[in-house]
Amino acid sequence: MSSAVIERRKAKTNKNDLHGWAFSAPFIIFFLLFLVWPILYGIYMSFTGQTLTGANNGLVGFANYAEAFGDPDMWRSLGNTVYFTVISTIPLVLIALGLAALVNMGLPAQWLWRFSFFAPFLLASTVVSLFFTWMYNPQLGIINEMLGNVGIAPVPWLNDPAVAMWSIVIATVWWTVGFNFLLYLAAMQNIPQQHYEAASIDGAGGWRQFFSITLPQLGPTTVLIVILQILASLKVFDQIYQITAGGPGGATRSIVQYVFETGFTGYRLGYSAAISFIFFALIMIVSVGQIFLNRKRSA
Amino acid sequence: MATAVLDRSSSGVAEERPQNRRKMSGAKVIGTIVASILAVIWLFPFAWAAVTALKPEIEAAATPITWLPASGFTLEAFAQVLNAGNLPTWTWNSLFTSAVITAVTLVISALCGYALSRIDFRGRKLLMGVIVASIIIPPPVLIIPLFYQMLALNLIDTYWAIILPQVLHPAMVYVLKKFFDQIPKELEEAAVMDGASRMRVFLQIVLPLSKPIMSAVAIFVFIGAWNNFLWPFIATNETSLLTLPVGLQTIESAFGIQYAQNMASALLAALPLIVVFLFFQRQIIRGISTTGLAGT
Repeated sequence: MSSAVIERRKAKTNKNDLHGWAFSAPFIIFFLLFLVWPILYGIYMSFTGQTLTGANNGLVGFANYAEAFGDPDMWRSLGNTVYFTVISTIPLVLIALGLAALVNMGLPAQWLWRFSFFAPFLLASTVVSLFFTWMYNPQLGIINEMLGNVGIAPVPWLNDPAVAMWSIVIATVWWTVGFNFLLYLAAMQNIPQQHYEAASIDGAGGWRQFFSITLPQLGPTTVLIVILQILASLKVFDQIYQITAGGPGGATRSIVQYVFETGFTGYRLGYSAAISFIFFALIMIVSVGQIFLNRKRSA
Repeated sequence: MATAVLDRSSSGVAEERPQNRRKMSGAKVIGTIVASILAVIWLFPFAWAAVTALKPEIEAAATPITWLPASGFTLEAFAQVLNAGNLPTWTWNSLFTSAVITAVTLVISALCGYALSRIDFRGRKLLMGVIVASIIIPPPVLIIPLFYQMLALNLIDTYWAIILPQVLHPAMVYVLKKFFDQIPKELEEAAVMDGASRMRVFLQIVLPLSKPIMSAVAIFVFIGAWNNFLWPFIATNETSLLTLPVGLQTIESAFGIQYAQNMASALLAALPLIVVFLFFQRQIIRGISTTGLAGT
């Protein structure tokens, strides 16, 4: 190789380095300032007695973490979050699948179904919360009124600790199931039509086709939807904070709400940061578990 | 995973399947009936909010509950909310911050995605790894240190505080990178031969070919920013700076038990995106379907 070629190659590498980092620079700057720095500073804070009022009794070692692990409210919030995640993920995946299968039958007025089931997803959490708080109202709620018309006793939607989380789940399903519905619908429309034609010739009916073709073909999509839904549900805050404020008696308080409250109403930023990293660890376990599962599947 | 999803966009996610136009089979008739019942259930909360908002305040809080107010429907609650409330201000705040967030996100993510896809620079693999790994970070973990940071920078109660932390979407960088990977390199190589700069190649060749993915990312980011609650709730206190979702949270305490006005406010807040959706249903559905599985 002549030295001229090497020179040219080197020049090109330098130019590429320059261009590559220059193009990435704007993103990297924001990334460092508003993601890397807060994460690092958050970790630091979690080892301090930092408060919102400015007082800071310096590094406290693992005291915040030790306190959190012995804090019944932390465990209760974590438990509520996991409970919500389980009882919301199941309907959010199954109902989405059912709605998509229904609409994908080739029903007329496609836009109407897509609009009906997806429109709530476009609402801000506060709008959803206003709607449902009003419908759950103990005296004036339309749901109890209609249940009463068919002879069902009024349900204490928001006042009974055993019921409140389910009321949140109902509002959440109404609000966000349209997202999973769209993902399923897109995946179904991607299944090659020949599979169905072949099955029809073999005399397989609609239900058979759904279970022997559609469902298996949706396998990878389902795995992704379930994982994304679990991750989304674990982050629940808005609708709970707005509808029940975590009540009654902390029965619906989520871990994100506990982070928020220790930080902004309890003024204990250091402690709050420590709890948020315990929450992060939970998210990490799910995410890494998912990557591991995917590896195994594709291997 | 994103590639598999992206391929779908070309096959027409939102398109209706060609159907045989013969009369509907029995299964389809039943399917349509079931879907209609479900659609009614799904649209019910909107309908009940509308009925409430159109009642006079006294009727809205009266028992027994009625569907038709004795004195007829009225736009009083809407008028009161629009006159006395801050809804127009909050709507503007939401529109402005969401638009800026979307624009900045698109610019910085597309540039970075292009570099990761096309430029062979030292550290590229590392950068890619760090960005993909960061997708895992849940935003709620950042709120405490971010708040402290904004406080230190004296940005609490400014548009900056709302906007700056929301322009980071590592998953969208990944989605864009994957899309750019699929564009044939030959087009760019020819332009480079003619002496075009990197930036020109990006702006004049790559970007025009990337309209579908750019609009998909824009839709996804905009909806997220428009509806975001937790961060703007923390970052702002001043009534005139609140975004729509955060402002709505305050009306319940301000209006007390004004049910008709609460529902009128909620409906007015819901209106902009619903109207946009009616006009751009196909694009929005395609945008959500192509970016949705990338993880947020």
